[in-house]
Parts: sequence; structure tokens; C-alpha cells
Amino acid sequence: MNSVGRTERTEPLNVTVAGACAQSRHLLEVLCILQQQLLHLSDQTVCAVSEHLGLPVGQVESVVEFYSFLYKTPRGKYHILFSNCPSCGFRQDGRNLLHVLCDRLHVVAGETRADGLVSVDETSCIGMCDQGAALLVNGIPITRLDSVKIMRVAERVETEVALSDWPAEWFRVEDNIRRSGLLLKNGFAAGAGIRAALARGFDATLAEITRSGLRGRGGAGFSAGIKWALCREAQGTAHYVLCNADEGEPGTFKDRVLLHSHADAVFEGMTLCAAVIGAKQGFLYLRGEYRYLLPQLQTMLTHRREVGLLGNHILGQRGFDFDIEIVVGAGAYICGEESALIESLEGKRGVPRNRPPFPVTHGYLGQPTVVNNVETFAAAAHISLRSSAWFRAAGTEKSMGSKILSVSGDCSAPGIYEYPFGVTMRQVLDDCGARDVQAVQIGGPSGTLIGSAEFHRTLGFEDLPTGGSFMVFGHERDLLAMIVNFAHFFAHESCGFCTPCRVGTTLLKNGLDRIANGHGTQYDVDEMKRLGILVKQRSHCGLGQTAANSVLDCLHRFPHVFEQRLAQDSHEPCFDLDAALEEARRITHRDDAAAHLD
Amino acid sequence: MSAGANQPEFSPNTFTMDGIEIPFKDGQTLMDAALAAGVYIPHLCHHPGLTPHGSCKLCMVDIGSGRASSCTTPAVAGQQVSNNTPALNEARRTLTQMLFIEGNHLCPSCEKTGNCTLQAMAYHLGMLEGHFPQFFQRREVDASHSTVMLDRDRCILCELCVRASREVDGKNVFAVAGRGITARLIVNSPSGKLADSDLEIDDLAAHICPVGAILIKAHAYEIPIGWRTFDLRQIDEIGPEKVIQARVGHTDD
Repeated sequence: MNSVGRTERTEPLNVTVAGACAQSRHLLEVLCILQQQLLHLSDQTVCAVSEHLGLPVGQVESVVEFYSFLYKTPRGKYHILFSNCPSCGFRQDGRNLLHVLCDRLHVVAGETRADGLVSVDETSCIGMCDQGAALLVNGIPITRLDSVKIMRVAERVETEVALSDWPAEWFRVEDNIRRSGLLLKNGFAAGAGIRAALARGFDATLAEITRSGLRGRGGAGFSAGIKWALCREAQGTAHYVLCNADEGEPGTFKDRVLLHSHADAVFEGMTLCAAVIGAKQGFLYLRGEYRYLLPQLQTMLTHRREVGLLGNHILGQRGFDFDIEIVVGAGAYICGEESALIESLEGKRGVPRNRPPFPVTHGYLGQPTVVNNVETFAAAAHISLRSSAWFRAAGTEKSMGSKILSVSGDCSAPGIYEYPFGVTMRQVLDDCGARDVQAVQIGGPSGTLIGSAEFHRTLGFEDLPTGGSFMVFGHERDLLAMIVNFAHFFAHESCGFCTPCRVGTTLLKNGLDRIANGHGTQYDVDEMKRLGILVKQRSHCGLGQTAANSVLDCLHRFPHVFEQRLAQDSHEPCFDLDAALEEARRITHRDDAAAHLD
Repeated sequence: MSAGANQPEFSPNTFTMDGIEIPFKDGQTLMDAALAAGVYIPHLCHHPGLTPHGSCKLCMVDIGSGRASSCTTPAVAGQQVSNNTPALNEARRTLTQMLFIEGNHLCPSCEKTGNCTLQAMAYHLGMLEGHFPQFFQRREVDASHSTVMLDRDRCILCELCVRASREVDGKNVFAVAGRGITARLIVNSPSGKLADSDLEIDDLAAHICPVGAILIKAHAYEIPIGWRTFDLRQIDEIGPEKVIQARVGHTDD
């Protein structure tokens, strides 16, 4: 966990690589281990990994270049990544904490200091949105940052204090469960869901899940029972259960809390799914930002094996064999898309597949696979224990049960709120202590931007479906800055597979930057709308299809935030003329007034 | 997808595209069936015989109120597909502009001019300018190979070469690395150079490039400008497939 203090590598590269390859059979994990040890993945390392694993060098290279947490050039011994999310990002109370740290350490953001001690950069949301500004230092989160704490971090870096000797309090991640419902209020004893399923029979358990009306909690809302049934019927040499714990939607952190405090229910839901579909192997794909949870989750899996809840003959049932392996991502939002997740698990770039076929028939290694969200599996375990009727008693006709929300932003009590589906936005805002609210981003950047005139709307598949992100923007917030932030996020996270998303998200980013910087005209606004619709309608997967939602919503509901920023002149050049002369000035050693435009 | 009372009856294995009835065999995609019936759907990343990719998105069609890439969507009896519509062609023109401004496409100085599918597509769709500001990305040229050269400036990431190498040549010369706007074509060799790969001049991968990213050395301008494929015919008359077939036939030296 802590590479700091490690002496210069003395063993030959192929010994280090062999050691990493011995620790995991997953390419991504091997590369993460080597990144931690060597601080980068050089061409030589890529070739050595390719030889050791018998994989094409091109495949290893393509993976290294795809994931944000893998680097071709050396990072610092202390590698610090600030979240750039609106809620847990480095802009807090008018201060730019990333700049504060960079200034103090004399390091340029994105570069490694010349002595190799430290590198500082930004990264997409790290899921700490309920506990202030946050960063990852060598993969471990530090929360509740302020400029005082930043100075103390800098001191410890400069004096090379090992991370294990930093104040433990800095690394504390609170659950912040503010409101409990079906899943969070009711206790869950390990094994209870499986025992109920064994007593009932697996066919009856599938029927119970289907009857409960449980729909996928990642946001898309496909019926869990139907998905399991389709997978069970699909022919294959093996069936697989995948838990999607790649919770990357900015503003979402409920899976972090479920995995921290309710992981038994999650693992149990996976085990029940395995029993229903006939899977022997399951994977939990944990986002790289949550790697700090790995030791605890591994301990829990070991315990479950010891008490007969995983492994062969689960609870003495002959032929009921199932185990779970945890695979950790490496910084790629797109891997939350189920088929991209499968590609990633197979040691490839996280590029979404063409569908059909769907994962239920052709998933992991081309075999029938169920992919469900963390919360869906937890709910399934509770349903097995308590019955479908218990679940259906909460929620609405088309949205049974409860939804766990991750509430963050401008409110007095950010944290986890579990409500029956059908709750109004107004209720959530009142409960979290949000006053003077300008807008709420529901479901994260890929979701919907809602203004105060519509706070009577309800959360659920009938009205506003959500994966759980609920970001509150008060009247002080610069909404356009939020839209710009989201546009940068999508341009950074686009996998690059299809033209509209690869090029379109960058064009949206550039255009919004231009408007936000006061150089935009009505033409640019119209272009954003035209581009936004194209990207939404023509992209390959959910990322591209939702990437323009926030800009289109903002144009629709808050047109003034664009209008008030537009340049008066309708003929603004599309680039900064004076800045474009910079190279000529440098070459000619001139910087006098005549070498500048007015 | 059921036909309403006023809809015409469909024979079992046909769908309509822009009102024309198109027959299909089970398992065929909309693109396969349309090409077989002589109906052109604009496309850049598709090539019959290679696994459909669905990345360029030019072959997007509307099916009822839905949308799909015709190269990856199985044909279903009775589907009503819109293809050659002003709205779709405008979207295709914008996508083509995106491909132009993303890379560095300087047609007048490119050897592929006149034989380039991207250029022909631009003419076909009535594209008069790149429209968006150029990205001016710096991309690496690889001239290490004795007979084939790779100029990434013109690569549109269609992965035709990637698939041709794996699926037809039985090799694995190319891959795409990175993500988003920094995604790039790489060569699967220890040095990352074409010279160290097992690419040979007779490989389909050396000839399938629809643009001027992969070029055969020492054969430049054998056909003069003005007499090249798309100087003589429109892309919708022949599609890029026949161009590639012709090109592979030309290289027995």
C-alpha cells in the first residue's frame, strides 16, 4: 500500500515483473502492482509483462495508455491526485487547493518534480463528495481538506515521512448515513439470505426476486429477475456473476458505503445470483479509487469461505460451489458500462461492445454473465431473506423498493439518504438542509439538471431515474462552471471508440470553455446545442449518449447562464490571436508592444 | 415493431429502407442486406468479411423512433428503416467534418487524394469545409518499414487494419491504444515500429486503409490525379470495398 521509503530498485526488471505476474492473473492488476513499485511502466516493462503473460505487446501497451492510473513516465514517490468533482474537488471556499499544494511543493501540476519525490495532478471524482475536498496519495484517500491540512501534507512529503506515519485521522472516511430505509435500517446476518434461499429453493428464489420488481440500481433499471432468468437459460460452458462496483459517476458514493459497512449483503446477493444462474465464479470489479477498501473486503471474503458461505458445497449443499474474486480498476469511468467492464476484466481497454449480443448470453469470456450494481445485489439478498412483499411495500408501481442517494454539494448534511422510490426532490432537499437552492444535478453529470420550479418532481423510473447522485447547487454556484466541469469530465473519460463521442466531447469542452471565458457568441451557443444533440443521438454507448445532457439541460432551463457570458461582438475569432503569436515572439526574442495585438 | 392496420404486409424476410423493400437472410445486418441489394449506406469503418465495428457512426440509420448502426444491427422482418434522409446526411456530414478536424488531413499534398474514402465521403455528403476549429494534434509518422509507411496524421481510428491483420492475414500487427481524443494506432512490436512487425506488403492490412494513413512505398502517383477511383466515380456507385479489392490486386510487384 505504501511505496514510499522504498529504496532504488536493485533487482532485475524481469524479476520484479515475474513477482507481479505471480501475484495476479489479471493484466490490469499486474500493471497496477508494477506501477506502484516502479512508479511508471516503461517500454521495457511493457515488453517484459507481455513476455511473462504471453500477451501481445500491443495489448499491454494499449491497456497502459487507456487507464488514468497507469503512467508511461515516472510519477513521484508521493503521487497526489486531487478530485476535480464539483463536490469533492480541489476548489473549496474560493481557494484552489491544488494550486496551494503545487506552489508549496514547487511542482507543476501534471509533472513530476525533478528530484522524483512528488507529483501532483487532478483526477475524476473519487467518491468522497460528502466529506469535503479530497485527494488520493498513492491511492489512499485523504478527506476534509483545507489549506491548513494541505500545508501539513506538504511538510510530510518534503521530509519524506512514510504514509503509515501520517495522522490516521486524515485517512478516516465516514459513512455519513443520514437516513436509513429498507436496506440500511435492517440488519443482515451473513448467510441469512442464502439459508432462506436454500429453504425456499433456487427456482422459487428467482421467482421471488422477479416478483419483487427489483430493477437495476445503476440507473438503467432493467429487471434483475428477468436478467437472471435470461442468463440462466443461456447456453455456455460457464456462467459468471459480475458485481459492478466501478462507481464513477461524479457525486456518487453510496457503493463506497455499502461496501464499507454492508458488504455481506452484497456478496450474498452475488452468491444467490450464482445459485440461480449456475455460476461457479464471480467477480467484484472495484473502482481503482476505492482500492483502500480492498484489504477489508478480502478479509470478509476469507471469513465467508471459512464459515461455508463461499467455496465448495456452500452451507453443505452439494454442488453449490461459488467463489468471488475482487478485481480493481485503474481510473476509467467508462468501465462502469457493463460491457466495457467485461472488456476490462478480460485485460483489455474498456471499450463498450456492440450489442446484441448482450452480456446475459455473451459476457465475460463470451459466456452468459449477469452484471448488476452493488446496490442491486444487496437488495436481492434482503429480498431473499425477507420476501418480495416486504420489498414491494415500499416504492411505487414501477419503482419498487428503496433508492440510496448520495447527497452532496450546497447543503448542511451531505451523506447517504435512503428513501422509498417516489420521494420528491423537495423532501430530499429539506432533509439534507439545503436552503436557497438554484438547481440539483440528479444522477450525476450524465443525469438531469433540475431547477427550483421542478422540485416537486419525484425520484423513480416513472419520472427521474437516478443511479443515486444528488448534487445540490446553491444560488452562489456558477452553474456554467459546473457544466464546463462536466464537459471536461466526459472529454477526459470518453473511450475514443466512436466518432461522435471521441471528437464531439472535446468540441463541447472547447466550446464551453470559450463561452465561459467570455469569448463565446450566440453562434457558439447554437453550436453547443447542435453538437450536443448529435453526440446524444449518435454515440455508441451510454457515456456519449448522456455526455451532453447537462449542457442541453442547462440551455433549456437556464439559458441566461450562457447569455450573460457572451461577447458583445458577433465576430469573435475562434482562437486567441495574441496567444497564437507567442511562438513567433519566442523565436524572434521579442516581447515589445509592437509584437502584441492591442 | 408490429405492422399497423394501414401498413403494407411484409414477406417474411424483408425490411424497408426509405420505402424500398430489401430482402435479407437470417443473421444478416442491415448493412449486409442493403449492400447485397445494391443500396448504399455511407460507411467508413465497415468492410464485408471483417467483424463489424460500428465506430465511425456514419452508417447510423433511424428505425422507427430508434437509432442504430446499420453495420452491427441484425435485420428484422418488417423493420422500417430511414437511411438517405436530410437529417441523417447532415449528421453524417458533421461526423465527417469531425474526422477531418481531429486529424491532419491535407488533401492536396496527400498521395491518397482521389483514392481516399474519407475525401470521397466528404464530396458525397456535400461537405465544403471542416467547419470546426482544427485540433492540430501531433501524431507520429513511422517510415521504418521497407515497403509500407504509417502516417498517423490521417488515421481515423476505423480499425480496418487492426481487423484485417487479425482476421484475414492471421497476424496481429495493429492495435489502438489510449483513450478519448488521444487514442492512437499502435504497432504490435517490441519497438512499436512497423519495421519490427511481421507486416508484409501482400497483407490485406497494408492495403485496407480507407485514408492515407497506411501507404505502400515506391508506388506513389502510379495513377495520375484525375484518373483515380473517386475522380471517375462517386462513392455511392461503388462503395469503398471494390476500391480495396482493386488495390490488393495492384500490388503484385
